[in-house]
Amino acid sequence: MAEKNKLSIICMSGDFDKAIAVFTLASGAAAVNYEVNLFFTFWGLNMIKKKGGRGFIGKGLLARIFNFLLGGRNKLPLSRLNFAGASPVLMTGLMKDRNVATLPELFQASIALGANFYACEMAMVVLGLSQEDLIPEVKKVLGVASFLEMSKGGQTLFI
Amino acid sequence: MKTVTLDITKDHCPMTFVKTKLQLSKMEPGDILEILLTAGEPLDNVPRSVVEHGFQVLEVTPVKDNIHKVVVKR
Repeated sequence: MAEKNKLSIICMSGDFDKAIAVFTLASGAAAVNYEVNLFFTFWGLNMIKKKGGRGFIGKGLLARIFNFLLGGRNKLPLSRLNFAGASPVLMTGLMKDRNVATLPELFQASIALGANFYACEMAMVVLGLSQEDLIPEVKKVLGVASFLEMSKGGQTLFI
Repeated sequence: MKTVTLDITKDHCPMTFVKTKLQLSKMEPGDILEILLTAGEPLDNVPRSVVEHGFQVLEVTPVKDNIHKVVVKR
């Protein structure tokens, strides 16, 4: 067989619609036999927090308030027309009605198909997060050099 | 050796090939998977994704309207 194709995604946004894009690409690529590397940084870290809702997690008062306000992957806002969190709920309902995979389904499929999850070291320091605050599927906490090395020779996207 | 049927006629990208891949990963080498899918994107891409994994597409036949059956050997 030919050498395995590779897709690496820098997941910077913590928006609901962009998270859908990340996990649609990740699960789809993994299903067609790509190696998939997801590198979560800044608001993207909200997608991989162990706590899906809101929680005072992290080190330091300011970081804890920040993380509470940001929330986890069940609290991601729509990038436009969020209406205080009503729109992601309505959008999920629409997706279910139309037999399109929802964010939790795409997220679970990405894990089941072996996408690799990595977290950005620098953003974790800023937000006072440690690896214990993240889902156990996160393989490693990395920096730029390691990400460049692992994404070399494949396609890289920034979402 | 067993035969399993997977109906993805109501699914859309990427769940069409995600479900196919997940089902194939639960099966043993030599098992047969019969996939029911619609013409267009699923018919164009699901057989291709299966071949990409090194599995064999034995047959592709129209069933009714725009529904096709793809038979895959794990």
